[in-house]
Amino acid sequence: MNVVPRASQWGELIRPDRVHGSLYSDPAVFEAELQNIWYRTWVYVGHESEVPKANDYVVKSIGPQSVIMTRDEQGKVNLLLNRCSHRGNQVCSYDKGNARSFTCPFHSWTFANDGRLVGYAFPDGYEGQDKSKLALGRVTRVQSYRGFVFGSFAAEGPTLQEHLGGAAETIDRLCRFSPEGEVEVTAGFLKHRVKANWKFILENECDGYHPAFVHSSIFGVADSAIGKLYGGASTALTRDYGNGHTEIDLRPEFRKRDAPMSWFGTTEERLPDYTTRMKAAYGEQQAREIMIDGTPHVMIFPNLFIAEIQMFVIQPLAVDDSVQHVTALQFKGAPDLNRRLRQQTMGSVGPAGLLLADDSEMYERCHRGVLSRNPEWIFLARGEKRERRDELGFRIGHVTDEIPSRGIWRHYRSLMEAA
Amino acid sequence: MLSRESSATLMSAVTAFVYKEARFQDEHQYEAWEALWTDDGVYWVPANGSDIDPEKEMSIIYDNRSRISLRVKQLLTGKRHTQTPQSRLRRLVSNIELLDEQQDGDISVASNSLVFESSLRDDTIWAARNEYRLRYVDGELRMAYKKVTLVNNEKALFTLSFLI
Repeated sequence: MNVVPRASQWGELIRPDRVHGSLYSDPAVFEAELQNIWYRTWVYVGHESEVPKANDYVVKSIGPQSVIMTRDEQGKVNLLLNRCSHRGNQVCSYDKGNARSFTCPFHSWTFANDGRLVGYAFPDGYEGQDKSKLALGRVTRVQSYRGFVFGSFAAEGPTLQEHLGGAAETIDRLCRFSPEGEVEVTAGFLKHRVKANWKFILENECDGYHPAFVHSSIFGVADSAIGKLYGGASTALTRDYGNGHTEIDLRPEFRKRDAPMSWFGTTEERLPDYTTRMKAAYGEQQAREIMIDGTPHVMIFPNLFIAEIQMFVIQPLAVDDSVQHVTALQFKGAPDLNRRLRQQTMGSVGPAGLLLADDSEMYERCHRGVLSRNPEWIFLARGEKRERRDELGFRIGHVTDEIPSRGIWRHYRSLMEAA
Repeated sequence: MLSRESSATLMSAVTAFVYKEARFQDEHQYEAWEALWTDDGVYWVPANGSDIDPEKEMSIIYDNRSRISLRVKQLLTGKRHTQTPQSRLRRLVSNIELLDEQQDGDISVASNSLVFESSLRDDTIWAARNEYRLRYVDGELRMAYKKVTLVNNEKALFTLSFLI
């Protein structure tokens, strides 16, 4: 195609039960996505715990753009674009650090870590210029939810809370796994690159149909109970929260087991310190319920995947080039649990992960597959006839149903048509 | 301090071991490769530099002996999709040096390697510094520790599902 579809045409490419293969492979579609999704809606950027002290910074991204997340001297978190306002040089070349200012190596322009231009070399050539108009670019709106920092390049539009909608509750559910109610992102990131469109990753995160097949090699040898969660007889659910946010809700299965920490393949006895702290924080009964239910498996559109024990941040670089940034979730006040979370995460994910290397293989094969032009469609009808609503009105279905994909594409279409 | 003669003998045995390990890896001889490990083996491929604390920060691989075994078992299922079909591999190993001996008697060895991988995705070149601790067990050299520091481990890496 290589021509951006007009607003009226997205509906021809995105049908209720199928989407056109070109949506994954057409560079013009990718450019339109950058404008209408990545540079407009709320995108997850980083976590406040990555910049705990004044003047800490960490380099993040929104799509292909490099974004410096700083905590300035006043303690405010800023999202600055890594581009000198003079001639475009990147002002920061390290992944993280602590700095009051960034000096561009090209002509020594210096910016405070809140973005202000504080000085340039040989200022006598700039008589009459207004430094305040030459600040670093910044992400227009920055908002946090429970420490998760999101940015939007749109000056107006839904608030972060409106964007998260019903999915905000999944972040609450995650945070209460800490006896102090806080998640920490402190274990460093693995960066796993795939030659595939970012939406193959997005849709796979809450695809409960694939694990039995893609991951059979590890379920078989690891004596894992995970496979059953995604079997035909499972009572687990898929859920569409709207706004593109989707979930695999495994709680029905874990509640049947009725055993704290069983979701993580362990027991209270093996985590005595954590169990004690949880009971002290939430009381015997609620701590037990939290520890039976486990952490959420939720994909916050378009790029934050909270995957029970780890979190992924999806970064699109080009139509066929994406990076999965992944780290173990860490819970404040839970050192014994955190160690196990890191160990499990390292085994499962990243370039050599016993799980994710196989998912990533599927992404790349799918991408090459859709370059074949017939059939033109990706077929997403699984469970369409048995969709139902939960008590809050969100669409739910069997864990293997394609409710998440359909929910993602419904929202995608609305964003692309709004352009 | 070893005499010059015994040092040459040791170097020769170590070099043969390192080459043999490389061949087992290139040729996907998973069980033979696993048999090179001691019972307390640690296989470590750090991310984001060479001096991170693997007990605190994410590594690409940080396998204890039981996870090495699990990794091998998964490959042996034939359903490890990212290795079905298997990557075609050849690696060059050079700059083998004996480093100062460990206090517990393990032999410290370092090498450089350059691996050419051909997979369904594409051809990929991997370069690494390898650090070993080797030990004689029942008269045979075994690996107690292998650390593979990829030159580009601070960048986003493609899938690395063969034995590096």
